[in-house]
Amino acid sequence: MATASKKNPFDLIFSSITAISSFSVILIVIGIIYVLVSESSLAIGKFGVIKFLTSIDWDPVKESFGALTNIYGTVITTFLSLIMAIPVAIGIAIFVTEISPNFLKGPIGAAIELLAAVPSIIYGMWGLFTLSPIMSNYIEPALKKITASIPLVEILFRGTPMGIDILTASVILSIMIIPFTASISRDSFNLTPAVVKESAYALGATKWEVVKNVVIPYSKLGVFGGIVLSLGRALGETMAVAFVLGNNHRITTSLLDAAATITVTLANEFTEADKDIYLSSLFYLALVLFVMSFIILAAAKFFLLKAERKYSR
Amino acid sequence: MTCEQRRKIEGRIALTLSTLAALLGLFWLVFILGDVLVHGIKALNPSLFLNDPTPPGVEGGGLRNAFIGQLIITLCATLIGVPVGVLGGTFLAEYARGKKIARIISILSDIMVSVPSIVIGTFIYAILVKPVGHFNGWAGAVALAIIMIPVVLRTTEDMLSLVPWTLREAAFALGAPYYKVIVQVVYRGAATGILTGILLSIARVAGETAPLLFTSFNNSFFTLDMKQPMSSLTVTIFQYAMGPYDNWHAQAWAAAFVITMFILILTIVGRLIIKWRYR
Repeated sequence: MATASKKNPFDLIFSSITAISSFSVILIVIGIIYVLVSESSLAIGKFGVIKFLTSIDWDPVKESFGALTNIYGTVITTFLSLIMAIPVAIGIAIFVTEISPNFLKGPIGAAIELLAAVPSIIYGMWGLFTLSPIMSNYIEPALKKITASIPLVEILFRGTPMGIDILTASVILSIMIIPFTASISRDSFNLTPAVVKESAYALGATKWEVVKNVVIPYSKLGVFGGIVLSLGRALGETMAVAFVLGNNHRITTSLLDAAATITVTLANEFTEADKDIYLSSLFYLALVLFVMSFIILAAAKFFLLKAERKYSR
Repeated sequence: MTCEQRRKIEGRIALTLSTLAALLGLFWLVFILGDVLVHGIKALNPSLFLNDPTPPGVEGGGLRNAFIGQLIITLCATLIGVPVGVLGGTFLAEYARGKKIARIISILSDIMVSVPSIVIGTFIYAILVKPVGHFNGWAGAVALAIIMIPVVLRTTEDMLSLVPWTLREAAFALGAPYYKVIVQVVYRGAATGILTGILLSIARVAGETAPLLFTSFNNSFFTLDMKQPMSSLTVTIFQYAMGPYDNWHAQAWAAAFVITMFILILTIVGRLIIKWRYR
């Protein structure tokens, strides 16, 4: 590589500027961790780590804070949205790569990616004004009726259908993450060598059997990486859920109850925090969210890199 | 039923289901965009762009402050984020090409692209709002710039890597120092790609709300002063949509329409350029 030319003073200056610019990314990550830890030190000192993570208290008046209700809300909405999004996303990927006629592949792929470009606040607003009335008037009463006689499942749908609840938030979240999962799955499916697929067809396999037994096993690492990536995204989504989740710091068993995620709590309460310990606890929540999503995103990157290495061989 | 028939039926069911999945995806897109279109166009009128908000109940208010605020914040974020991103990407693709540090920064940027934007809002609140004592426009711009940097950096790195190494060697052979090779040869070769990356990153941050909630906050008055709290379209949409007044809701839809169109057009233009240039 052209290291000899570094003797030129301008080159030294230019290379230093570029180096500083790229190191800014490392600086930002370290800065975020440092600032969040130091801002939340008051809350860390008062509530500790284990107690904060396992306490269901969230009481600004008594100045007692715990993260469990928020973590519960985050985990349950993310989990539900993934369950709803993954089958659809993989279906879309199968359609675009294997079934669709060639002239439709581009437009449908582009349309799904446009869904990813729509800002999350639009999803949230649409959820509040359009989806939430539909859910409370039609879908949730229907779900209640269907599940009323099934023991255990019925617990999930207790209470009045208001439309501002975990179920509505999860539906919106699932619409938001479909495009991420679908486009990564599609890219992974596309990497399956044609020769392998043709061999399966030559053995008399049907199209579905080729997808099921050749394409999916071959690209499962990439698809899995895509799913973990969407998980990381769903975890940190704020505006799409802030409109329709309410802000309810309780652990509820019914999907028709309001709840609070870490992001929703931050969005609603950050500017209202009047006491130091309150603000510090909110920073602590942000730190928990940052650590959670950083680990999950790093895992996703690990799987995607591993998949990439496997395919390039 | 024979085994063959069963396999055929199973296949047909599975393929029908995935076609339905694709239709469902398109359905959501049409549903959401259609809704924004219908409600947005209804509420669109000139006073929306020309007037500042009026007190609730008084007719004829607009969102001029939010439009201008959004423009200024996004512009400043671009002015901070793009140079840092492009230069950083240059380092990874040129000076540190193949080195371990380039790999680490590249992976870290990929993670930062998806990190919850609200966390970046709290970070900026702690370093730029708390010390100053009040919300300000600069904090919003810096928060958006931080979201922008990893996006621009990664696209630049990828685009520069696509420029063939022999092109650089040809320039070296003429005696050009490396910085001249980068600025005059490599950047020119990758210009379209980098520009597209910048367009897409602007589209990305223009719709961000969460990082602005506690940085630039909101302001019901028109201001050009970045040291003051500054209104943005997205935060205004959040406030107006959650508010109790019908004309607030109508204005929120109109604002949503404008911002969605802006972002979709940017995204489509960006993708068309990529398609046309890197077929």
